[in-house]
Amino acid sequence: MDLTLEVWRQAGESAEGRFETYDAPDVSEDMSFLEMLDLVNERLIAEEREPIAFDHDCREGICGSCGVMINGKAHGPQLGTATCQLHMRQFEDGDRIVVEPWRAKAFAIVRDLVVDRSPLDRIIEAGGYISAPTGAAPDANMIPVPKESADAAMDAAACIGCAACIAACPNSAGQLFTSAKLAHLDLLPQGQPERYKRVEAMVETMEEFFGSCTNHGECESACPKSISIDNIALMNRDYLIAKLKNRKLAGQH
Amino acid sequence: MEIYRTDVGKKYAMAISGVMLLGFVVFHMIGNLHVFQGAAQINTYGEGLRDLGEPLFPRTLVLWAFLRVPLAAAFAVHIHAAYTLGYTNLKARGTHYQSPRDYLVANYASRTMRWSGTIVLLFLAWHLADLTWGIKTVNSEFARGDIYNNLVFTFSRWPVVVLYLAAQIALAFHIRHGAWSLFQSIGANNPRFNKFRRTFANTFTAIIVIGFMAVPLGTVFGIIH
Ligand code: HEM
Ligand code: FES
Repeated sequence: MDLTLEVWRQAGESAEGRFETYDAPDVSEDMSFLEMLDLVNERLIAEEREPIAFDHDCREGICGSCGVMINGKAHGPQLGTATCQLHMRQFEDGDRIVVEPWRAKAFAIVRDLVVDRSPLDRIIEAGGYISAPTGAAPDANMIPVPKESADAAMDAAACIGCAACIAACPNSAGQLFTSAKLAHLDLLPQGQPERYKRVEAMVETMEEFFGSCTNHGECESACPKSISIDNIALMNRDYLIAKLKNRKLAGQH
Repeated sequence: MEIYRTDVGKKYAMAISGVMLLGFVVFHMIGNLHVFQGAAQINTYGEGLRDLGEPLFPRTLVLWAFLRVPLAAAFAVHIHAAYTLGYTNLKARGTHYQSPRDYLVANYASRTMRWSGTIVLLFLAWHLADLTWGIKTVNSEFARGDIYNNLVFTFSRWPVVVLYLAAQIALAFHIRHGAWSLFQSIGANNPRFNKFRRTFANTFTAIIVIGFMAVPLGTVFGIIH
């Protein structure tokens, strides 16, 4: 298939950026979106032009580094799929594809399509872990966990930190990311002792960087792991408990 | 309140004030329907609101202390939170997307909350001047206590009918998203009930808007005259 790309090019954080148009002939529909960009880059390099910078690592949908806006949709048109797992058969011969980096004030553009997602690390540092050293993995079933909770925690833990939720949100809010990171700990017994301290710290760190949720639900459908906005409701409820309840009793929740 | 300083706390405030406003629109809509029982009924109802709480409390005290002041406060909180959060969200994007967005689920209602809210607010100012305060430039035939004839006069002017109907459409958009959104904001989420939240918001919106529109339409079609 033959495509035309419009790609955002920007030399650095404070440089002026603009869309550049590239022809992408002879693309196989079996290529992933990133392989298609590789092909375009090889041709650019052969012509001694600057290749398009884009972030990637695992190319199997688990590292979270590859997200870009494709035709105005985070990670492109296929639901529940990261850019690296998006295949060119989702497009048609002759398509014009616009590729733009994530836009949020907190994510500086490093180069072209690469943005600095380190504000997400600040949120994790605020409490997205369990501080007690737990030693080696305990025997299975040493701590009984209801199946429903284990499943819900696993669903939240599927978050790969790609920031598509924030990029897709009309308000640039960080609620889905933060609530997923909270839920995968707070739904399990090991997460309980620090549950309310955690929600308070992570929410308040999130608010230093991102917008505020108005429940559009755009994050959920942009998420390559289809993480549910149910997690956001849980976060909101825990946040109120953290603020208003007697912490001595809230710990027993 | 310390919690109001945070964005999540402001959303709680919006949801709680939003519930108060929803409560107001329900009772206001039901009250309005007395007009279909005739002039005596609606006029007595209007007086009755002022008599609420008598003889235990002085006349109009309950109206002011439990209805008007809390409602005005709910409006103030709701709007303050709406505008401060709106500003936060505007700043949080920085550079806007330079290519058109293609939204998957964010709908017209959810993306226009601040505009539908503003229209409702502007309408409210007109509405109070028209039928509560009876400002002469707005409603020249206003007579305090004669709710029925005030309504008949105001809806004898077609631009006013259009204005009232348009405001109801804005309100419909606003509460269709709001009456769903508030559950998320206050963390009321349970797989067992979640599917009813959308139905609740839609049904609620339909009842409110049809109920409100009945009065101007009833006048236009001569049922109220
Ligand atoms: C009778 C009048 C009104 C009613 C019944 C009402 C009701 C609601 C409700 C129930 C919510 C959802 C709260 C939440 O999820 O936290 C909401 C949100 C909102 N309201 Fe209102 N409201 C009214 C008037 C206004 C006015 C006058 C404005 C502003 C000018 C306004 C602006 C907003 C905004 C910006 C939101 C946030 C959108 C969101 O959370 O998705 N509202 N409203
Ligand atoms: S490159 Fe790792 S998720 Fe796409």
